[in-house]
Amino acid sequence: MSAVAVPAPATVGRVARLVLTRTPRRTLTDRVMRGLTGVATVFILIPLVALVGYVTVNALPWIDLEFLTSGPVDFTRGGALNAILGSLQLIPLATLIAAPLGILGGVFLAEIASPRLANVIRFGTDVMVGLPSVVVGVFCYALLVVPFHGYSAIAGVVALAVIMVPIIARNTEEILRLVPASVREGALALGMPRWRVILTVLVRAGLGGLVTGVVLAVARGAGETAPLLITALGSRLVNVGHLNEPMDTLPTFIYTNSGQPSPVLIGQAWAAALILLLFVLAANIVVRVLTGRRSSGGNNR
Amino acid sequence: MTTDNALVADASPVAKTVAKPAAKPDGEGVLELRNLTAWYGSFAAVRDVSLRIPPRTVTAFIGPSGCGKSTIIRTINRMHETLPGARIDGGVELDGVDLYGSQVDPVQVRRIVGMVFQKPNPFPAMSIFDNVASGPRVLKTIKGKAEIEEAVERSLRRAALWDEVKDKLKKPGTSLSGGQQQRLCIARAIAVEPEVVLMDEPCSALDPIATLRIEELISELQKTYTIVIVTHNMQQASRVSSTTAFFSLGEERAGRLIEAGPTNEIFTSPREQLTEDYVSGRFG
Ligand SMILES: Nc1ncnc2c1ncn2[C@@H]1O[C@H](COP(=O)(O)OP(=O)(O)OP(=O)(O)O)[C@@H](O)[C@H]1O
Ligand SMILES: [Mg+2]
Repeated sequence: MSAVAVPAPATVGRVARLVLTRTPRRTLTDRVMRGLTGVATVFILIPLVALVGYVTVNALPWIDLEFLTSGPVDFTRGGALNAILGSLQLIPLATLIAAPLGILGGVFLAEIASPRLANVIRFGTDVMVGLPSVVVGVFCYALLVVPFHGYSAIAGVVALAVIMVPIIARNTEEILRLVPASVREGALALGMPRWRVILTVLVRAGLGGLVTGVVLAVARGAGETAPLLITALGSRLVNVGHLNEPMDTLPTFIYTNSGQPSPVLIGQAWAAALILLLFVLAANIVVRVLTGRRSSGGNNR
Repeated sequence: MTTDNALVADASPVAKTVAKPAAKPDGEGVLELRNLTAWYGSFAAVRDVSLRIPPRTVTAFIGPSGCGKSTIIRTINRMHETLPGARIDGGVELDGVDLYGSQVDPVQVRRIVGMVFQKPNPFPAMSIFDNVASGPRVLKTIKGKAEIEEAVERSLRRAALWDEVKDKLKKPGTSLSGGQQQRLCIARAIAVEPEVVLMDEPCSALDPIATLRIEELISELQKTYTIVIVTHNMQQASRVSSTTAFFSLGEERAGRLIEAGPTNEIFTSPREQLTEDYVSGRFG
């Protein structure tokens, strides 16, 4: 602001020409552009806030002890225990399969595969990441439902894992590529075998990022509906441990309940939606905390 | 003393976890480069280098940029071949063992020939302690918690870093200053008890005081290790080394060894005009 007040020297030097440019017009342009970005941000935030608010308002009256502790009973009462326990089984199981596979795949992509092979595989994983999840569902339906003559939780687990693996693998690769080559060289020059370099030094350097990838994949898997409808199907029974039988999950619960001609069941769908929302929110907060720690504890000089 | 060497894979059941010989008479542990040519694809970065480096001495490699100093020291610990298309002709011998022999495991060569890089490269997300302990832990050269703690302290002391970090061993290695990080990397390299330590311009990123500390450290370390140091700093070469090897660019941009000898001779009465021009600063 004060720069404008500086009187221009008689002969305008190069420095003056370049830096004495804070004219009222430029200042105005700057203000307008800033204002526009602010408005755009508000427009992005409105749907989010509205969604969270709307779901919360509709869900809160229906969240009570019965909702959390009993399965569906009839049109007037019951809860979502079948869906809550179902999600609590399917997602950890899918993660248990997807996390090691995805991380190993990512390590292979970043550290072991030749550049050409890595390119081919990367193309494959990118296609997988972008694949409509219902296609994965149909695939698991053909592979695990049709041959065994019945919908099953395990088919759902596999479908979720197939969706999660490429996300984790690509993330792992990106994270490992961020580790500087000098660190790799330092570990190799110490006489560590290649696999120990990866395991001891590289994975440790990228641990926060790797966990972040897994959590993001879990959040994605938690909300999948379509592939589960044709694999785990959904069930009104509380199913604990019977992986060869249908099992409900929060998304399939929301889907089936919201189509029922009963305000109670529709209310329960809202309540289940809120639980799912909170879960995804919590996952994102975990990611925030982990990545925050990574950037501050990492390579500060 | 070639019988119990760690490098030969089938020498004995314990061949891969050999202990450092307690004391060696003079003359053993010689490092010898034999007609060494290092290639990047079809480009020979250094050609036909033959050089004998006595044990427990400091040898300085000097020469203009691009003459292959880094390349040649990276052939000594077989890091050169980790780059795609890189290979060598000729050989490197340590203590009578051909480091490029068919029975030699390159990973073990790197354990016996340690390396300190131009830019300090502490392992990220690892504490100071874990940085130094990582070598012994992974290579299982030292077992037991107390023994590892002892080795970490010993290495940090020898790297002249112990007093500065003894109260914050759990802090990340990357939180240290550049000079401290470089000494941490030296401690990490010597924690696995190598025979040879290669240093590629270890002070180029450091201020004069940190440089002086590293130089003092090098003089101290030469009692135990054979040290090869690449430097662009003539004063540094004359301060720390007993032998100096001067490299320059030959025909087809390939580096070659012009001459090697006692440091004071190279700096005061070199045999080659090229060397004299370079050390007196008349060289472009
Ligand atoms: N990875 C590589 N691939 C191909 N050529 C390389 C590679 N690294 C180095 N070279 C070439 O090899 C030659 C020697 O390089 P080197 O790094 O060994 O030189 P130097 O003596 O260490 O130089 P400086 O003093 O600048 O560090 C140079 O011509 C360089 O271009
Ligand atoms: Mg170099």
